[in-house]
Amino acid sequence: MMILSPWRADFPAIAALQRQDQTYLDNAATTQKPQALLDALAHYYANGAANVHRAQHLPGAHATQAFEDSRRKAAQWLNAGDSGQIIFTHGATSALNLLAYGLEHLFQPGDEIVISALEHHANLLPWQQLAQRRDLKLLILPLDADGVIDLEAANRLIGPRTRLLAVSQLSNVIGAWQPLPALLAMAQAHQALTVIDGAQGVVHGRHDVQALGCDFYVFSSHKLYGPDGLGVLFGRNQALQQLRPWQFGGEMVLDANYHDARFRPAPLGFEAGTPPVSSVIGLGATLDYLSTLDQDAVNAHEAALHDYLLKGLEARNGIRLLGRPQVALASFTVEGVHNSDLAHLLTEQRIAVRAGHHCAMPLLKSFELAGAIRVSLALYNDSEDVERFFEALDQALEMLR
Amino acid sequence: MNLPADAVTALDTFQAAAGWEQRARLLMQWGDRLPALSDVDKVEANRVHGCESQVWLVGELHDGHWQFRANSDARLIRGLVALLLARVNGLSAADLQQVNLPDWFNQLGLGRQLSPSRSNGLNAVLQRMNELAG
Repeated sequence: MMILSPWRADFPAIAALQRQDQTYLDNAATTQKPQALLDALAHYYANGAANVHRAQHLPGAHATQAFEDSRRKAAQWLNAGDSGQIIFTHGATSALNLLAYGLEHLFQPGDEIVISALEHHANLLPWQQLAQRRDLKLLILPLDADGVIDLEAANRLIGPRTRLLAVSQLSNVIGAWQPLPALLAMAQAHQALTVIDGAQGVVHGRHDVQALGCDFYVFSSHKLYGPDGLGVLFGRNQALQQLRPWQFGGEMVLDANYHDARFRPAPLGFEAGTPPVSSVIGLGATLDYLSTLDQDAVNAHEAALHDYLLKGLEARNGIRLLGRPQVALASFTVEGVHNSDLAHLLTEQRIAVRAGHHCAMPLLKSFELAGAIRVSLALYNDSEDVERFFEALDQALEMLR
Repeated sequence: MNLPADAVTALDTFQAAAGWEQRARLLMQWGDRLPALSDVDKVEANRVHGCESQVWLVGELHDGHWQFRANSDARLIRGLVALLLARVNGLSAADLQQVNLPDWFNQLGLGRQLSPSRSNGLNAVLQRMNELAG
């Protein structure tokens, strides 16, 4: 069975990697970029770079226009409508840190923050550190055997002291969608703020922040086929009222004196310093490109490829999957084989997959594992990529056993 | 400076290896020959941090010459460590400081194992050895 990607040729790096005999299956870490993005970056730099929101000159006006167009496109991508604002940060991690610092004033000692056992360090450490600064309780929602947040346990843990819930939409280790509507309802019943880490989720399917009803939704541009150094934070208008500036300087200021200052409202008040202008413009081009694709066809392709990956893994002896992956990726270990040995031999065979703890050390520890191998797919992968991985896996296991 | 006898053997064997597969098989053979560490040695104080696998490294000076013992729960890093010990064991403290270890792995055709993005831990082992050798 051949599963071909009609979009493969839109990503020039895939052909370049292929010429180096590299099979790229580490897409949950970062993705290759469409030609449309490369063209937009080249156009911006070749036609006059300028800073945004500060200069009266024409290049500044062009850059600001393109920058704000991207903001509109990001809002459209999430169907934000008039419900909130898009804030650009220097990455998803940066966006989550902005929230953990900018909301800090709302917390009193003894208040509770709820996250889940599968959070990426980016959605764990900012809250853990906030809890330490303010003497808060950090509660961890446990998972069921499939790697999905256990709703019964969540119902017990989310309570009147819960001030904030921060959970991932899609786990970067397990590849399982999390039951957001139920979790958000529990949090909202206690007037808790809700933060969704959409770093993996946003890459697969389309998501609607109004339908979700979360206060904040965070994603990273580079995982969504966009440039790096750029995070996107959606904040609902009401929730943004409570967010205070975290970093200071540049055009986030309304009025400054030597001893005091006033700051702009969202979004500019949270975009201190020169933003990653080219990356924002590049993300706009990526979103334009992605908008031209038939989303149903992309979903069907990703589902077929994922199914192919899972069936192949399940057909091999001794492979243990982490949880029950639903989309995009699968992490696994092999009985009697060290993760590090397998990673070594896959690398030798030019298979680019990820080995290790995937920035989710506590989760790996809960599986009593030091690491796992993760294969992660993108819309440009095809069944031949997965087949090459399987050949290399078989060869590696033959050598190691 | 003359190479230790084990190092000469390693060099001859690895330089004759054709391709990644043979090198990997040789690495595993060298790793399998590494003597096991006693439980006394496999303690936290001897653990090398920064590796995907567990690696332990112990070094002692006997009459002015270094003797290192090491092991790992992963096979390929165990082989890399065995090749490292083959190069350094028996050297005087002064000689050990002169050895260019990255070059040693380059000569064996294993230089890529030291690239900064590799998390196999060989870099961490070299660093630990430097610390021990002062």
